[in-house]
Amino acid sequence: MSGPSSMRTPLARVRNLGASHSGTGDFWRQRLTAVAMVLLIVPVITVVIMLIGRNQAGAKLILGSLPIAIILLLFIIASAWHMKIGMQVVIEDYVHSEKLKIASVMANNFFCFVVALASIYAILKLSSGV
Amino acid sequence: MVEFALPKNSRISGGKTWPKPSGATETREFRVYRWNPDDGKNPSVDTYHVDTHDCGPMVLDGLIWIKNNIDPTLTFRRSCREGVCGSCAMNIDGQNTLACTKSMHDVASGGAVKVNPLPHQPVVKDLVPDLTNFYAQYASIEPWLKTVTPTPQKEWRQSHEDREKLDGLYECILCACCSTSCPSYWWNSERFLGPAALLQANRWVTDSRDEATGERLDNLEDPFRLYRCHTIMNCAKACPKGLNPSEAIAELKLKLVERQI
Repeated sequence: MSGPSSMRTPLARVRNLGASHSGTGDFWRQRLTAVAMVLLIVPVITVVIMLIGRNQAGAKLILGSLPIAIILLLFIIASAWHMKIGMQVVIEDYVHSEKLKIASVMANNFFCFVVALASIYAILKLSSGV
Repeated sequence: MVEFALPKNSRISGGKTWPKPSGATETREFRVYRWNPDDGKNPSVDTYHVDTHDCGPMVLDGLIWIKNNIDPTLTFRRSCREGVCGSCAMNIDGQNTLACTKSMHDVASGGAVKVNPLPHQPVVKDLVPDLTNFYAQYASIEPWLKTVTPTPQKEWRQSHEDREKLDGLYECILCACCSTSCPSYWWNSERFLGPAALLQANRWVTDSRDEATGERLDNLEDPFRLYRCHTIMNCAKACPKGLNPSEAIAELKLKLVERQI
């Protein structure tokens, strides 16, 4: 983006590089994952309450149930995706240095992917009884 | 990063308190933002006392009274003095509104009337903001009827129902109260089109006579141009014409989802 001292016309500055023709996908997925989490939150809290005070063997027994494992996996996917989109919005709002913004968006993607993958791995490991 | 504090040359220092008008039985205190690009000084807030018996009821009347009777250097835009032109948009008592339709009596608690320029825009002088970027954003949405079909001999026809869909959109007077009240616009005014331009964009997207709806939506579909709106709704609260830009923006988003799903 050109600074105020630029000799470009105001309209050229506003048009800049043009519309990216994207954003609707993220907008839709943010709402989709939000609705998914609303539906999943009660079952997930129920499972967490069931897990309180259990040892690893007890946890394995509960997570060995297919519906429970699927509920937890869906919740992890929805929440990690939602977290990724939400954090990206915050970064785009407040970080204006292009380099720092790209680095932050990258770090955000990595972090959310790692959190999601680690959680999915843990659930699969426990539910498969290994 | 976003600047949460004012830059050094924008910090406000103490201003001049002008003497009360002699012979006035009832006065109202005005604290007005002053900045002169020519004297190299930081902005200040000057205090004036307006003779309410010699002056109309609106904040704009007070400012005109000050300019005529106390300080002719006080600079502000005004024209129609009845809420149609949008020239006298400014921040009064912490709220962006039109000085001509804001009554002095409605200013909270009857205390001083605090008047500042519209927030987060470059100041030309005193209460005059530089709206170049705002107007360019309006121009960028191409606010005119676009058609391919040969122009009919009489007029482009529109049903009463389709005409009604423009209610709440066409009334915008481009005063910039909404855009300059929007935090998303403060942080990203170079890339986010802001509530005023987006409300107007929706006005043309909604117009049944327009044949460029898809291209208009194409031009808006962008994480910054449109999706910086987080439905904060300061725009709807600020609008002196009672419009709801936030709702217009939500309609644009819905239309973009609708054409994908």
